[in-house]
Amino acid sequence: MMQSAVAPNALPEKISIKNLKFFYGDSLALKSINLPLYEKKVTAFIGPSGCGKSTLLRVLNRMYDLYPRQRAEGEVLFDGGNILNPGQDLNLLRARIGMVFQKPTPFPMSIYDNIAFGIRLYENISRAEMDARVEAALTRAALWNEVKDKLSSSGLSLSGGQQQRLCIARSIAVRPEVVLFDEPCSALDPISTAKIEELIDELTADYTIAIVTHNMQQAARVSDYTAFMYLGELIEFDETSKIFTAPSDKRTQDYITGRFG
Amino acid sequence: MASLGNSAVSTPTAQALYRKRRRSNGILLTLSFAATIFGLLWLALILIALFYQGFSGLSLSIFTEMTPPPGEAGGLLNAIVGSLIMTIAGVAIGTPIGILAGTYMAEYGRHNQLTNIVRFINDILLAAPSIVIGLFVYEVVVAPMGHFSALAGSLALAILVIPVVVRTTEDMLNLVPNTLREASAALGLPRAVMIRQVAYRAALSGIVTGVLLAIARVSGETAPLLFTALNNQFWSVDPNAPMSSLPVTIFQFALSPYPEWQKLAWSGALLITIAVLALNIIARTFLSPRTSK
Repeated sequence: MMQSAVAPNALPEKISIKNLKFFYGDSLALKSINLPLYEKKVTAFIGPSGCGKSTLLRVLNRMYDLYPRQRAEGEVLFDGGNILNPGQDLNLLRARIGMVFQKPTPFPMSIYDNIAFGIRLYENISRAEMDARVEAALTRAALWNEVKDKLSSSGLSLSGGQQQRLCIARSIAVRPEVVLFDEPCSALDPISTAKIEELIDELTADYTIAIVTHNMQQAARVSDYTAFMYLGELIEFDETSKIFTAPSDKRTQDYITGRFG
Repeated sequence: MASLGNSAVSTPTAQALYRKRRRSNGILLTLSFAATIFGLLWLALILIALFYQGFSGLSLSIFTEMTPPPGEAGGLLNAIVGSLIMTIAGVAIGTPIGILAGTYMAEYGRHNQLTNIVRFINDILLAAPSIVIGLFVYEVVVAPMGHFSALAGSLALAILVIPVVVRTTEDMLNLVPNTLREASAALGLPRAVMIRQVAYRAALSGIVTGVLLAIARVSGETAPLLFTALNNQFWSVDPNAPMSSLPVTIFQFALSPYPEWQKLAWSGALLITIAVLALNIIARTFLSPRTSK
């Protein structure tokens, strides 16, 4: 019902969510979501706690499969194929759809290996090529200058903001097509947050991005499209500028003006 | 007190209550302190007795000579080597099984009923008297083979090692944050790679500690060896023959009427205690960089 608000012919959909329902055990957490993620655009999911925005994000790379009694119904088309198919290879899917989490999660290994680890899994490349790939990923994540002299020290030795950029570098090093951000700045200070936001902006040149955020200013700053969710439903989806200036639903307006949430 | 002014804590009732709380606090603190001293006292007495009785007997010959016949001087070489061989063999058999089982429970079967059952049984095994395990191995290995052997001793020790390692492996892997598992999965890492390269790395110090504590636990075990490896007064490294060990030798020598044997038993007891103490300290240092973070 909502796609019509945005001219669908203008942009290719990288991911199309159709009639998606999600269950935790018997409780319905997502009620028939329909949503496009446009190619090389940033789509923000906003809404009060418990509205299902993180749940929705975790469906897109089937992260929920790690846990028992969680299941999704409906369709999530990724380049035309339904990723909810039981036959979907999850490792290949997740190599194509990367994810950055709320808390930085560097692996307990060196900065270099944190990046090289994922690459090694799917590619067999020489040491020199690997060096170049690691440097490229760290440069892309605006971290290279800070870590180039200590690539062999532990990823855990970095500051929180640096760790998060390391995680972004790790995600893009395996050359995914989509990157999912689950509240990537909620554990970071304002300066680190600004850096990550800048980074997200630059990443849209190559990647389709979905970001869950509690911070409405952040959604307004980084995203091209915004989806407002409430109690497991998608209330409104539109261009970010439209959502934040002239939302069509009363609940959206109440939320973005801070009347609840 | 003047600075409290007219606030609620300056009323007579409040002050009386406060004094009462301080009194009961003081009493409890004294009792806890006394209990701690009481517990530590015995440890100190044991160590003092061991050093007093065993230290004088510690000489080079302990490490170079075999256990003597009654009435002659000798050492504990065959017992020390026997203990080392059987402990190492027991740990070598038990550790991989324990780590694999613990890994299954924490990584693959975390939500399974099977895991709950295995954990329950493992806890029973963990608390099982070691003499029962000795008898069990006697029944299934020694009796069919027809003779005592170092192999049976190692198996008995392995059965003691397994539950300790299962428990610590599962506990330590459960401490690895789920966010790391999700982050690994998000990169497209198969679960087996995640476990080997990420989870084990994050839990390494804890798992190593568990293995060290298991070694400490079995290196002093006497009962399971009495029924399996028995003892051997002579040098033997044959896994198919009875083998000497420090705990069994201590047991035998300490109960004997011969002063030379009794002295060797004290020295052996001191050696084992120092070794176990050292293992515990090493285990602690392994764990500390993790816990202090």
